[in-house]
Amino acid sequence: MQNVVLQFADVIKRYGASNALDGLDLRVQGGELLALLGPNGAGKTTAIALGLGLLDADGGEVHLFGQSPHALAARRGIGVMLQSAGLPETLKVRELLAQARAAYAQPYDTGDCVRMAGLDGLMDRRYGKLSGGQQRRVQFALAICGRPRLLFLDEPTVGLDIEARETMWRTIRALVADGCAIVLTTHYLEEAEALADRVAVIAQGRIVAAGSVAQVRARVAQKRIRCVSALDTGVVAAWPQVRSANRNGERIEVVTDAAEAIVRRLLAEDASLGELEIQRAGLAEAFVEITRAVA
Amino acid sequence: MSSMSAAVSAPSAPNLLRCYAIEAKHEFLRLLRTPMFCIPTLVFPAMFYLLFGVLMNHGHNTGPFDPATYMLAGYGVFGVMAPGLFGFGVSVAIDRDRGWLQWRRAMPLPPGAYLAAKLAMAMLFAAVVFAILATIAVTIAGVHLAPSSWARLFVVEVFGVLPFCAIGLFVGSAVSGQAAPAIINLIYLPLSFLSGLWLPLSVMPAFLREIAPLWPAYHLGQLAYAAVGQPSMGSTLSHVAALTLVTVAFLLPARRRLARG
Repeated sequence: MQNVVLQFADVIKRYGASNALDGLDLRVQGGELLALLGPNGAGKTTAIALGLGLLDADGGEVHLFGQSPHALAARRGIGVMLQSAGLPETLKVRELLAQARAAYAQPYDTGDCVRMAGLDGLMDRRYGKLSGGQQRRVQFALAICGRPRLLFLDEPTVGLDIEARETMWRTIRALVADGCAIVLTTHYLEEAEALADRVAVIAQGRIVAAGSVAQVRARVAQKRIRCVSALDTGVVAAWPQVRSANRNGERIEVVTDAAEAIVRRLLAEDASLGELEIQRAGLAEAFVEITRAVA
Repeated sequence: MSSMSAAVSAPSAPNLLRCYAIEAKHEFLRLLRTPMFCIPTLVFPAMFYLLFGVLMNHGHNTGPFDPATYMLAGYGVFGVMAPGLFGFGVSVAIDRDRGWLQWRRAMPLPPGAYLAAKLAMAMLFAAVVFAILATIAVTIAGVHLAPSSWARLFVVEVFGVLPFCAIGLFVGSAVSGQAAPAIINLIYLPLSFLSGLWLPLSVMPAFLREIAPLWPAYHLGQLAYAAVGQPSMGSTLSHVAALTLVTVAFLLPARRRLARG
């Protein structure tokens, strides 16, 4: 309970007849990075909007630093990068940064912001003249400039090149090491695997799985077996505990919950089998599996 | 909850005055870097005044009525309506459309700074419109006014932007950024004509004269005519009351709508 920076308690949000959030329970501790994953329309963006006070809950409670998200005093502890910011195109990056920094009592130095967000050479450019990736970097700088204790990042790395993404990841890790809590929504599962302390999977407005990356991944026992084999995939697919079997050239790929048993049988039935590899499911597979189970 | 608030103390407040100052400076820079807004706002009233008040004015001064002075007040009011209507209507609609207002509500920015900055810029533009027309009036149109009349006209025009800011804000809170310029023009131009800012109401059909008190620009026009000693109708108090009513009636629903996003 100590040091909870953001808390959703049985939160309901309706849009017309349907519930965008249907009893959402979620807690974010200080200094942890929580990745919020879920298919489109699952309620991720709605949850963030409630946490920021942009929307009001129809039921349940949302607390930001123990206060209403509408409280300006509570929002002074946050930074935010939404999917779009619509910043004024005629203002220069330097001006936008000065404006955002002025909203906080102890912001990072301008030079630190430039370094952390990779804004070198952009400061005197007009926002409207920047590329999409450069604009995202500016939005990231505005989100972190106030030394936030809770940072909301909604799909932050969409449209970034690899170098810019690396800079952003490095800064995110440094902020978390400094005690900043981060709520990250992303479609890139490798991003969640690379950054998150904890993952929460949201589907149909509820948390359907939560835990460390390893715990969520372990929810899915699936393994993927690849090998060069002459066996008929139609026959293999009919074996018990095999979910699917497909041929790709001389290789076959078998997805199963019981890798050891299936490997034994494959080896027994095809003496010429070679190049065997077994892969554990990634977060991507776990995620597809968990959300399919709910639907 | 008490353990939570103990563990996480409230962040301290920034210097609000600095927030407001930066906001006002940025609003000024945005306008300066948007010539499509600045130039028409400053040029049209001056152009109309030169055309009708100076070039086509063949001077039939009868009694206190002096066309050059009368039109100075009329085109002055026409000129100060624009920064209010366009400065709020179009730019608020665009900022809202693009998601900037939503971003601002999520950030810990002081909520009043945005409107305060726009208001300051509208009043600044009104003052510049006043200065341009006054310069033309004195140098070319041969207008002579006592300093107290100039001061009264200045106050009427600079504070006269307020009801038009409120109307603009109402439109900006309701329509898309694409539709806003057309809708604002549909309000601005007929309103100016029907309020007697282009042609004196006395030469307009009786019906239009009778409904003129419905228009806020009519009331501001009468205050401006009275300020420069030209024939006007109604009492100062009734005009101020009507303009205040318009301001409040448009401001309240607009603020409610903007707070909801």
